[in-house]
Amino acid sequence: MNNAVAEEKTAPSTEAGVNVKPSHRQPGGVDLTPQDRRTVGTVTVDNAIMSARDVNVYYGDKHAIKSVNLDIARNQVIAMIGPSGCGKSTFLRCLNRMNDTIESARMTGVITMDGSDIYDRRQDVVQLRARVGMVFQKPNPFPKSIYENVAYGPRIHGLASDRAELDDIVQTSLLRAGLWEEVKDRLTNSGTSLSGGQQQRLCIARTIAVNPEVILMDEPCSALDPIATARIEDLIDELRASYAICIVTHSMQQAARVSQRTAYFHLGDLIEVGETDRIFTNPRHKLTEDYITGRFG
Amino acid sequence: MSEITEGHTVKGYDVDLAGLRLGLLEMGGLVLDQVQRAVNALASGDEALARSVLTREEEVNAYDVRIDEDSITLIARRQPMGSDLRAIISIARAVSDLERIGDEAKKIAHAVVRGDGKRSTRPSPQLARDARHMARFALEMLRDGLDAFDRMDATAAVEVVRRDLELNAEFQAALRRLLTQVMEDPRRLPAMLDAVAVLKSLERVGDHAKNIARYVLYLVEGRDVRHEDTAVLIAEGARKSAQS
Repeated sequence: MNNAVAEEKTAPSTEAGVNVKPSHRQPGGVDLTPQDRRTVGTVTVDNAIMSARDVNVYYGDKHAIKSVNLDIARNQVIAMIGPSGCGKSTFLRCLNRMNDTIESARMTGVITMDGSDIYDRRQDVVQLRARVGMVFQKPNPFPKSIYENVAYGPRIHGLASDRAELDDIVQTSLLRAGLWEEVKDRLTNSGTSLSGGQQQRLCIARTIAVNPEVILMDEPCSALDPIATARIEDLIDELRASYAICIVTHSMQQAARVSQRTAYFHLGDLIEVGETDRIFTNPRHKLTEDYITGRFG
Repeated sequence: MSEITEGHTVKGYDVDLAGLRLGLLEMGGLVLDQVQRAVNALASGDEALARSVLTREEEVNAYDVRIDEDSITLIARRQPMGSDLRAIISIARAVSDLERIGDEAKKIAHAVVRGDGKRSTRPSPQLARDARHMARFALEMLRDGLDAFDRMDATAAVEVVRRDLELNAEFQAALRRLLTQVMEDPRRLPAMLDAVAVLKSLERVGDHAKNIARYVLYLVEGRDVRHEDTAVLIAEGARKSAQS
């Protein structure tokens, strides 16, 4: 965990793609062949909720994601792992068009959700982000009450017709996020008065409140202590029954604990994808092996 | 194996894994010598040599305990994954086979010096010959199995698995010879029972060597072949070496 936190502090600019290495060079300086860069494993699933096909992302002239194909399955946690700058966060952010907010970012390829193109001109981005919610590395509650933090989304999306219904959504969301018991007597307190782990669960409650189908999590535990991390991981496992979850993490142990499927990214290429059980015991690609065993520069 | 113990960003990890590897090889050397000594003691009737085998059994057990502890500590501290995880699990399994080979050496030594300290009957020249022959065969398998482990050589490992079939055939042949002797002279029956136990021990040494060879396949290919048919493994091995 310490490693992950330390790395993350120096890495955000890389993760946003600003500092992506230009070529297919490994840190050791060895060029990757096209064969090395071909994805090992099955990128498709039977019960896909989202599908990415031939997705490329550029930040200016930096090629941050290179022809990635990947399905996201319903009711499953998929972990995206890889060294800093490998494109895992960039790919995650494509799934709810968060990269739209970055001026220099350009994307090609197709990402569909339930068969329809999320980059279609007619797609309402606010609506998309309700269906594909996101939880960030640093808990970012609004500077409002705990109640308002959760009620905000349902209110702007018109999900509740009266106060009683809104109360109900807030309570259900906090219950599902495992936070209700801790906050039920102080719903009017500020969201920022909670501990880091509680704030992160509040953010998860806020995401759940608008009835998403997919939840994206970008390093959701890297600012949390091990106990708070364990609670979030337990929560992720419960949420899997209702949502598809994509988690980006620097902690391979966390990926191994929470996910059923793992995708390994390396310098913008999706190198290997497969069942988590197999990836962490018997990866097929040398780069995956080097990364998970800690032999990577 | 050196490939497996090297190259980690955290150098202490390399050191820990190298320690496990070294422990396995040292323990392997020790049990090889234990079996050799026990068989020599049997053939020559050297009681002192047999007693030294019994005394050194404690060293074998100490290795078993130490490597097990080191493996557990390494798993707890480093959370190994991929080939590292497979190496540690394979080493831990191989060590428990080595420990049981040590037990077989002890049993053979006990055929020379009984548990009550009394001397046992001198083996027939035929048994001495058979025991020496089977020991040479089984120890070669063990040496090659450990070597295949260290070099992560799947082809050599399959060869060890194959040779176990030959050792089993040797064992059956030796049993038939013993049986013929008893039929000629039924008074030899008690001595024959002791002899069967000795030969069976050596046959077990081969089985353990074969197990170690099978762990090599898990280590290299990530495939658990402990319960796979020997004939299938050999056919696969032949196919692969033909391809390469």
